[in-house]
Amino acid sequence: MQEMMIAKAKELLGSGAVNRVLGWKTGEFVYDITPAVFTSVEELEKDFVYNDFCGNNLSKYLIKESRKEGKILAFLKPCDTYSFNQLLKEHRILRDNVYVVGVPCEGKTDGETLKAKGVKGILGIRTEGDSFVVDTLYGEKTLAKADALPERCLSCKSKKHMVYDELLGPEGEVLDSHRFDMVEKIEKMTPDERFEFWRGELSRCIRCNACRNVCPACSCEKCVFDNDASGIAQKAAADSFEENMFHIIRAFHVAGRCTDCGECSRVCPQNIPLHLLNRKFIKDIDTFYGEYQAGEDTTTRAPLTNYDPGDVEPSIVYGKGGKK
Amino acid sequence: MQDVKTFKPKIVAFCCNWCSYAGADLAGTNRLNYPADVKIIRVPCSCRVNPMFILRAFQRGADGVILCGCHPGDCHYTTGNYYARRRMTLLFSMLDYLGIEKERTRVEWVSAAEGAKFAQTMNEFVEAVTKLGENKRLEDLRCKK
Repeated sequence: MQEMMIAKAKELLGSGAVNRVLGWKTGEFVYDITPAVFTSVEELEKDFVYNDFCGNNLSKYLIKESRKEGKILAFLKPCDTYSFNQLLKEHRILRDNVYVVGVPCEGKTDGETLKAKGVKGILGIRTEGDSFVVDTLYGEKTLAKADALPERCLSCKSKKHMVYDELLGPEGEVLDSHRFDMVEKIEKMTPDERFEFWRGELSRCIRCNACRNVCPACSCEKCVFDNDASGIAQKAAADSFEENMFHIIRAFHVAGRCTDCGECSRVCPQNIPLHLLNRKFIKDIDTFYGEYQAGEDTTTRAPLTNYDPGDVEPSIVYGKGGKK
Repeated sequence: MQDVKTFKPKIVAFCCNWCSYAGADLAGTNRLNYPADVKIIRVPCSCRVNPMFILRAFQRGADGVILCGCHPGDCHYTTGNYYARRRMTLLFSMLDYLGIEKERTRVEWVSAAEGAKFAQTMNEFVEAVTKLGENKRLEDLRCKK
């Protein structure tokens, strides 16, 4: 796949159809992939990679890149195309300046997940059937994908590209994921258990703002959390309130726009399952206002900028879920 | 922990200018009793209330927050309360998900003619929050005196 992509990029760069390529390159470690813009064939040949570590969602970078001179080629995974579509809907990306090539994704793992499985000295990775074969300093290790994928890929919602100019590889399908299972499990707890659960998770937050910075939906030029007067602009979480407030508001600001790409949880250095907050909103929107998948199209109105006179009353919350 | 008998909750009530604020006024002119612990903040419309306002009220020491607006369909700005209704439903559901007592938040539609309903709502709400006691789960120690 990587060779196909480099060939495609060279072809488009050569013909002058695009003047830049947005893709991935290896960072400090082989599992430490970083998004990169390539402008020449030499750079592409030297640095361009596409492997099972390339989990980064590239859509957010197109907000700035699509406003630069000339057209850019962007390789997007199915997840990324949802974010891309959502950003198009919000008029954040200039569609005419982007040439989207859809690339298939069979689930992306990361260094953290592999290390947690006891894999050390990672030198490379490849897919063989349903397993990852990880090349390490200690020889090759084979791990089943079911064990070595992060939660967001295990409950993959779709392998279908929502938008593309050209597709490399086969067209995927929307999957029947079980992504709300964990949300349901938490909802079934008692309020005290839920409070303890979230305290345990959120109290680890160091307010690095990585979740905000990586989120394709969080694309405001000026963020509410950078406002010193907001009372929640501390860089270190000063107390439990601020942790709660930051995460409630962060999730609320992307409610109805979150495509559930799972980047927030991937980048969290403290491994807080942040996608569970976003999924709660997605699940609620689905139950209260009808099924809605952000990024599926560019025409329907987002649930929070829409209404129906017959919507449920907020009192529905008092009647549902959990034991007293 | 304060004794429940002496505990007086602090309640913040966001009232829309056109219906609920007038409703509160009517409750006053009708000499209806409702607890003095309710602090009313007048907003132009219920949809003016940003979810951050609700959390901010808790941060600054509120034990309960209630939002009052025109009945759905009667909004002065035609549709404002429909949006507020969606936002608050999702926000309250999220607070419940995080294990924060759901009785601390409430939305009630009170028209300008419903002074009695306003007083009754506030009495009920204050009673419910008094039972829960102090807001411990969403408190900000930096803001405590």
